[in-house]
Amino acid sequence: MRKFKEYIIEKLILASGLASIFFVIVIFLFLLKEGLAVFKIVTPANFLFGKNWYPISEPPQLGIFPLILGSLLVTLGAAIISVPIGIACAVYIAEVAPVRTKEILKASIELLAAIPSVVLGFIGMVTLVPWVKSIFKLPTGLTALSGSIMLAFMAMPTIVSIAEDALYSVPRSHKEGALALGATHWQTIYRVLLPAASSGILAAVMLGIGRVIGETMAVMMITGNAALMPHSFLQPVRTLTATIAAEMGEAVVGSEHYFALFAIGIVLFVISFAINITADLFLHRKR
Amino acid sequence: MKIETKNLNLWYGTFQALKEVNVAFQEKRITAIIGPSGCGKSTLLRVFNRMNDLIEGVRTSGEVFIDGVNIIDHAADLVSLRKQVGMVFQRPNPFPLSVYENIVFGQRIHGAMSKGALDEVVQQSLESVLLWDELKDRLNESAMGLSLEQKQRLCIARLIAVQPDIVLMDEPCSTLDPQATQRIEELMRELKKNYTIIIVTHNMQQAARVSDDAGFMLLGELVEFAKTEDVFTKPKDKRTEDYITGKYG
Repeated sequence: MRKFKEYIIEKLILASGLASIFFVIVIFLFLLKEGLAVFKIVTPANFLFGKNWYPISEPPQLGIFPLILGSLLVTLGAAIISVPIGIACAVYIAEVAPVRTKEILKASIELLAAIPSVVLGFIGMVTLVPWVKSIFKLPTGLTALSGSIMLAFMAMPTIVSIAEDALYSVPRSHKEGALALGATHWQTIYRVLLPAASSGILAAVMLGIGRVIGETMAVMMITGNAALMPHSFLQPVRTLTATIAAEMGEAVVGSEHYFALFAIGIVLFVISFAINITADLFLHRKR
Repeated sequence: MKIETKNLNLWYGTFQALKEVNVAFQEKRITAIIGPSGCGKSTLLRVFNRMNDLIEGVRTSGEVFIDGVNIIDHAADLVSLRKQVGMVFQRPNPFPLSVYENIVFGQRIHGAMSKGALDEVVQQSLESVLLWDELKDRLNESAMGLSLEQKQRLCIARLIAVQPDIVLMDEPCSTLDPQATQRIEELMRELKKNYTIIIVTHNMQQAARVSDDAGFMLLGELVEFAKTEDVFTKPKDKRTEDYITGKYG
């Protein structure tokens, strides 16, 4: 009887494990099936590098280059803001802060991660967007820059907590060795601790960026959603994610537009997958 | 006297780890500090380069003079103190950098030198720890790939490169095999010509083999301090005798 129970439990656990793999494969296949259909109408090169996204004109123009650039621009901006601040924050928490400050900071960063993106988007819309508009004297504050700033807030918790972990797990003996040679605290940090933690910090950055590029709600609310070729941070852009979210509701099932949105999904999937794999490589790189 | 302590006390929180330690170390000799684990020998060693400062809740009283300067003084310059008083740790702790960068680490933090001068420092330091022939073609490889003994030698080379005059060794051979231990001991005898060496060890044979003077510590007290020969052959204190004859430890 006991053996039988063990057997059942073992198989149930196995089934749960297989289920997650199964679902991933099914989702992926569905995405491929629906997305690849668009290439009957448009060549992959024209799809990826076409400059016009007019999915419901006749005939539809399905070039997603402006959307890819929109996503990259917003992500790049967010990375430029969040990476230096995030790493500096991680260094402060891991190395400089007194125990009490450290606890408070760590808790508040977790709290930052817990804010739903739609709330961040909303706050951005009523505070950041008007500021950007008046500071740069623009016709609208719904710009790539606003999106980048808001997304930087979303990337920061990931970057800080993973980078802090990486710094924390540098063996204490490295630090002692450097200090015992007469290095100052700062010299120890940037000559020993940061290089020793570099793979973990790179992984933190990649995961932070991965979070930004997949983010939808906040960017949709504050980047202005104009599917135009972006030329600067100070104009409205539209990202890949926002396009899917905004248009899927009105696309006719089985239309070119519908298939094109799925194909955008494939592009996003490939980008996120590449970022996660890179992060993984850094995290597990053996020294 | 190179190093002299006067009524040195040290507390970790409420635990007193050193009790009224009065001791004097002579220049260019190897002094061993022996005693059972937890007796305060590593703590005493770490007073001399103020490494105990890293631990929270440490309090020290008394005086410690190195070349006549009281290093317990809060105004003491830790950077130049640690440049003068180097330390070799129990576990070899090379940085995850190349062999070359490990050795020039000290030069880089204490003011840059020309590439030629750095190359010379690397060669001299590696030669003095007898690693030059083994590693001269591997200078750009990561130090993490070396054997344990090579790592420990590299750590000593890294130290020599900043030209300290005192070398503190905290059980430097405890992770090494007997052959490697023997070779490190030979190196210590060689280094004695130029450096004042203090070694903490729980290995009494090692203390007997390499040291000129020896101190025995127990429960934070320095029980006995004399020439190594005398400590091992005619200890004055009953507790020392019991320890070296293996009654406890």
